[in-house]
Amino acid sequence: MRESRWARSIAYKDRIYDPGKLKPIDSRVKVKAGQPAPDFTLPSVDGRLVTLSSFRGVKNVVLSFIPAAWTPVCSDQWPGYNLAKPLFESHDTILLGISTDNKPTLWAWTQQMGELWFPVLSDFWPHGQVAEKYGILRGDGTAERALIFIDKKGLITHVHVNDINTRPKLELIAAQLERFSQANR
Amino acid sequence: MKKTFFICAAIFAFVLGTAAVRAEEKGLILNQPLPKFELPVPGDAFGRNYLDLDRENGMFKIGELRAELVIIEIFSMYCPFCQREAPKVNALFNLIQADKQLSPRIKMIGIGVGNSGFEVDYFRKSYKIEFPLFPDEDFKIHKLCGEVRTPYFIGVKNTPGQKPIVIYTHLGGFESPRGFLDEMLKRGGLEK
Repeated sequence: MRESRWARSIAYKDRIYDPGKLKPIDSRVKVKAGQPAPDFTLPSVDGRLVTLSSFRGVKNVVLSFIPAAWTPVCSDQWPGYNLAKPLFESHDTILLGISTDNKPTLWAWTQQMGELWFPVLSDFWPHGQVAEKYGILRGDGTAERALIFIDKKGLITHVHVNDINTRPKLELIAAQLERFSQANR
Repeated sequence: MKKTFFICAAIFAFVLGTAAVRAEEKGLILNQPLPKFELPVPGDAFGRNYLDLDRENGMFKIGELRAELVIIEIFSMYCPFCQREAPKVNALFNLIQADKQLSPRIKMIGIGVGNSGFEVDYFRKSYKIEFPLFPDEDFKIHKLCGEVRTPYFIGVKNTPGQKPIVIYTHLGGFESPRGFLDEMLKRGGLEK
């Protein structure tokens, strides 16, 4: 029997592709806390273009990079952030979900999660350009399972690159969101 | 000869593959003992009183509970269907609690597979869940229960002096709390 690394919701029926256990991290991060977050504009699955710098002075931002749609751990991650909307909002933070999948794939997959409150962005073309800017593009063209925390000044406050095979704990996010609020007091 | 070998190998691989899928999807077997696992005694007085546990710390087993029927929900905070079903599961809990004859005899618990204590607590607060929830952060209990998908409901019959027996399993949500409870009562021999 395979090692348990996820629990599969029936939301996805039998449509989850198991890539097996992968190299935990396969990139070299190019950014760190204190630096300005590299700006980008990416298309959202709802048809908008979303620019990171548009949130400057307005919202703190969390970038949630995930490797691939229709895979187990990724499918087991964003629905939890949907439930955690009040946690993000209580710290005046917007979440941006990003993967290198194309828009149709991302749209079809996120439909299974119910209505997501946060924008889902495609870093498909130029392929992985944004992930590459942050130094989290893996050798196979997917992004790392990474969380980038950016304050209202546009500065990175925390970079977390998780083992791709597991899901980062919600308490890690909660702690970094709390730091946003503490910095503003 | 070579062709025969490859055909046999392909058939063998197919059988093995389907067997693996069946084993993974099998879940728990009805009328067999519940896998053995322990849970931490709830830290809150309500949880301890609800489960009728006479100690404030340590671990307990399902078979120790005085309830004749224990309903276990295998869930995850990250499961969209578990989120969607939470109000109905609460309604099931309230239905049981409202019946003064049934409420001492039937208890509900939830096990958050792959969820930390923080995540289980977040789920509990989000949906104002009153029955005890427990984290299974390392998937140990999930593995014992056959790595079932979520949400997954288990009905366990507790008889003093005997192992707790699985009398009902259900994958996914349920149509009505009343219908689900009636089925559980029937299977557990607790019908009025």
